[in-house]
Amino acid sequence: MATVSMSVNGKAVTGSIDPRTLLVQFLREDLRLTGTHVGCDTSQCGACVVHVDGKAVKACTVLAVSLEGASVQTIEGLAVNGTLHPMQEAFREHHGLQCGFCTPGMIMAAVDIVNRRGHDLDEKTIREDLDGNICRCTGYHNIVKAVAAGAEAMGGQSMDRKEPPRQAAE
Amino acid sequence: MYAFTYHRPGSARQAAGLLARKEDAKILAGGHTLLPTMKQRLAAPTALIDLGACGDLKGIVRKGRVVVIGAMSTHAEVAESAIVQEAIPGLAYLASHIGDPHVRHRGTIGGSVANNDPAADYPAACLALGATIVTNQRKLVADDFFTGLYETALEEGEIITKVVFPVVSRAGYAKFRNPASRYALVGVFVAKRGSDIRVAVIGAGEGGVFRWLEAETALKARFAPKSLEGLKHPATGINADMHADAEYRAHLIGVMTKQAVAQAVGR
Repeated sequence: MATVSMSVNGKAVTGSIDPRTLLVQFLREDLRLTGTHVGCDTSQCGACVVHVDGKAVKACTVLAVSLEGASVQTIEGLAVNGTLHPMQEAFREHHGLQCGFCTPGMIMAAVDIVNRRGHDLDEKTIREDLDGNICRCTGYHNIVKAVAAGAEAMGGQSMDRKEPPRQAAE
Repeated sequence: MYAFTYHRPGSARQAAGLLARKEDAKILAGGHTLLPTMKQRLAAPTALIDLGACGDLKGIVRKGRVVVIGAMSTHAEVAESAIVQEAIPGLAYLASHIGDPHVRHRGTIGGSVANNDPAADYPAACLALGATIVTNQRKLVADDFFTGLYETALEEGEIITKVVFPVVSRAGYAKFRNPASRYALVGVFVAKRGSDIRVAVIGAGEGGVFRWLEAETALKARFAPKSLEGLKHPATGINADMHADAEYRAHLIGVMTKQAVAQAVGR
């Protein structure tokens, strides 16, 4: 067994785990955060996407033990006091899901796209950057719409995103 | 996945020490090949030595006529590096098209080069740019480094510490992805350094990455897509599988080479 300590959704957690425990197993089975899904378990589908130190990763292909001291954010960490994150709200508003299995990974990937590329996203950028997330229901059309709308909505908020470029005011 | 002991050294030197002491140990870089392989029980190391905390294996710097990339630099870090974008934009472009965004946040250049997957992108850049692969023991030029499918000149106990890329005047990369797996059916990297022109092909060769010498000669007359017209790569020695037969892959080599040159000269 090995001991690992990390921050998950802003809370310090410590686990005594077998070194072969994957991050997604640690989240789901040890921490009972079952919002992060296992779709393919082969790093293809993206249902398990979470953020590690602010970057989207596939939690089925990361050892939990390798994340000593890391900061992890999961789908459960997006909503604040019962209010959905703008990206979650956009997926609801634009019906960016049918069965919902891929949705946690889609939303974490979408927030990552906004973090990297800003709030004004064109369709091509969204489709290319959703390369690592597979949806078997929607045909992606509404997901792409939701991501664009969520990105724009995140522009009006100050959570989980980089600061916009500042005007040279001084 | 079979059980293993986990080690997290703080430097490449410590990692090398562990690698020498632990029998049947494997190096863990980004883990995006090794962990899936271990899940399938195709690899079962008794010890994993994680390079994730080796700060000396990180970082990208320009030193005169070369760009030095630490082995644990992720694909995303290479793609977004202002240094790489300015010095060798074709290399930044290649890195930005490996796998998907999440994979690029974990996968590393050292891991990709050491694994030498026939469909991996980086070996093409190393060979075409004339990179030097630096290990904890020696320096190897790319021509001597890649020796076959998943095979390299790396010896037991050897760890890649950095990859050194010469700054070239022109470089470009084009690949045709399998629509399902997104791995390259064929990828071609072209580079021009003075009168030295190199064309390296991945995804297609039965022995892994290789140079297409006829295309290099053709491009010496004039470094332009037009110089490649009428030039065909033979189908001998080219991979065939359920995704593409040898004829089709050989055809793609010609098409991708033209596209890579077009990118290199700015269309």
